Amino acid sequence: MNSKEKKNIKNSYSFASTAAYFFIAPALLAILIFFFIPVIAAFVISFTDFDIYALGNFNTLRFVGINNYIRLFEDPLFWLSLKNTSYYVILATPLSIAVSLSAALLLNSKLLKYKSIFRLSYFMPYVTTLVAVAIVWRFIYHPKFGILNYFLGLIGVNPIDWLGDPNWAMPAIVIMSVWKSFGYSMIIFIAGLQNIPDDLYEAASLEGANEWQKFKSITLPLLAPTTLFISIITIVGYFQLFAEPYIMTQGGPLNSTLSIVQYMYQEGFRWWNMGYSASIAFVLFFIILIITVIQFKVQKITSK
Amino acid sequence: MKKILLYSFLIVTSVVTLIPFIWMLSTSLMTDGAASVFPPKFFPEEVVLQQYQTLFTRLNIARNFFNSIFLSVVVTTISLFFNSMAGYAFAKYRFKGKDKLFNLLLVNMIVPSQITMLPLFLMLKSVGLINTYMAIIITGMANIFGIFLIRQHCLSIPDSLIEAARMDGATDFQIYRKIILPLAVPILVTLGIFTFLGTWNDFLWPLIALTDESMYTLPVALSNLMLEHTRDPELMMAGSVLTIIPVIIVFLALQRYYIKGIMMGSVKE
Repeated sequence: MNSKEKKNIKNSYSFASTAAYFFIAPALLAILIFFFIPVIAAFVISFTDFDIYALGNFNTLRFVGINNYIRLFEDPLFWLSLKNTSYYVILATPLSIAVSLSAALLLNSKLLKYKSIFRLSYFMPYVTTLVAVAIVWRFIYHPKFGILNYFLGLIGVNPIDWLGDPNWAMPAIVIMSVWKSFGYSMIIFIAGLQNIPDDLYEAASLEGANEWQKFKSITLPLLAPTTLFISIITIVGYFQLFAEPYIMTQGGPLNSTLSIVQYMYQEGFRWWNMGYSASIAFVLFFIILIITVIQFKVQKITSK
Repeated sequence: MKKILLYSFLIVTSVVTLIPFIWMLSTSLMTDGAASVFPPKFFPEEVVLQQYQTLFTRLNIARNFFNSIFLSVVVTTISLFFNSMAGYAFAKYRFKGKDKLFNLLLVNMIVPSQITMLPLFLMLKSVGLINTYMAIIITGMANIFGIFLIRQHCLSIPDSLIEAARMDGATDFQIYRKIILPLAVPILVTLGIFTFLGTWNDFLWPLIALTDESMYTLPVALSNLMLEHTRDPELMMAGSVLTIIPVIIVFLALQRYYIKGIMMGSVKE
């Protein structure tokens, strides 16, 4: 290599870094303007009394310190929405994990063929439009004409007013959500299962272990990181519950399905209490942050 | 014996999973009121397209259908372009603050998007972009997950290819367009489906940002229709079919890429 060529390469590298800025600029500008700045702005707004008057005239806007957060703390409707959402998460997360893990185990079985067809049908609900399937389920849950009560009637269960009974509305949304989303975790579980070496099972078989023992002492421990990841993704996703109650119950009956995001949406975009709404959004963020931090801690402990 | 049991279990549970779709499709082909009977009917007595006719003539759903297609295609195209450039640069270039910047982006993937919606609404309102296509397009132009996905893929492209092209005098943009993009086609397809379906299925932001019926995307139009047609399952099912069919077609055609993308996204540590 002569010195001229060397110089060219050097030049091209120094040019390279300018080119890098050119390549990242469009995406990063978009993310800065439409993501980072709004996040910061939301934080600032959550300390103001931004309402419908401020929307018309910015001069009426005042900083109110942590008043929104104090008000939130004393707002029974906010606590109810937090309670409802937590109830939903607590019911739906284990159910979703149990269903998706069972499906993954089934589909990972060496005995079976045509697995891709079954995998496809289990996965189908996940890709479809939430609003459209929520509408379908609203009719499935119809107390008189819905097919769920019809099937339950065949095995002798009395009709349940799924979406009209405050005790049943949230469980009904849970069932629908699990149906909608278990396919996603199933795929990740299948990937996790395929990473477990076969010879572990063979060795266990030689020692006379039965299927349940193998599951308990090989599959579950080796699948722990996958399960942890799925739990976090699922919990974080479920905390953002919105479209299902919005379409199926409008948060009712008696606010029994009012979720945090729905309350945020109502306060912000129906009553234009934007300062208050922003503080709700940040409480949601805080919850999600805590869950994620716990995940990292658990991961560190288990990987040691 | 065990096999037969497993197969029957798989078949039954698959059918149960798909029943909502089957029922949706069959109800959408019924006449008004035919689905509001007990016991419920699983197949229409006579197959009619009456519900679809109502949607297209009286309710002008073609417009919403167009909005959904148009916005999904435009957002997918632009964001693939932006994300792939950025992902490539993060994988293959050395520049000041690269690692810090990339980590900052990754950390922010946990921020729920709902937080941004109030300020975004105010911002777009002040420049008159609420209730325009731009409100959906510019907020979807780039996303962190997309950059991450492309970067992971580009890391596996050998440096020697890029250096060889550089020796031949190719400019950086030519390298990106002629070498990187062709090699990144599989991941672009994956990200493309994610973005297309994500935009198509999105609900909260379009619900906030689009305020006229003629601007609604299909999910927003459906939710609006539901307010007046709670007693018309046949009509609402037809609307749901129209919303879901394109999604299912895209997914079935490209499912391998989609599922690969999900697996990639799950190993992001």
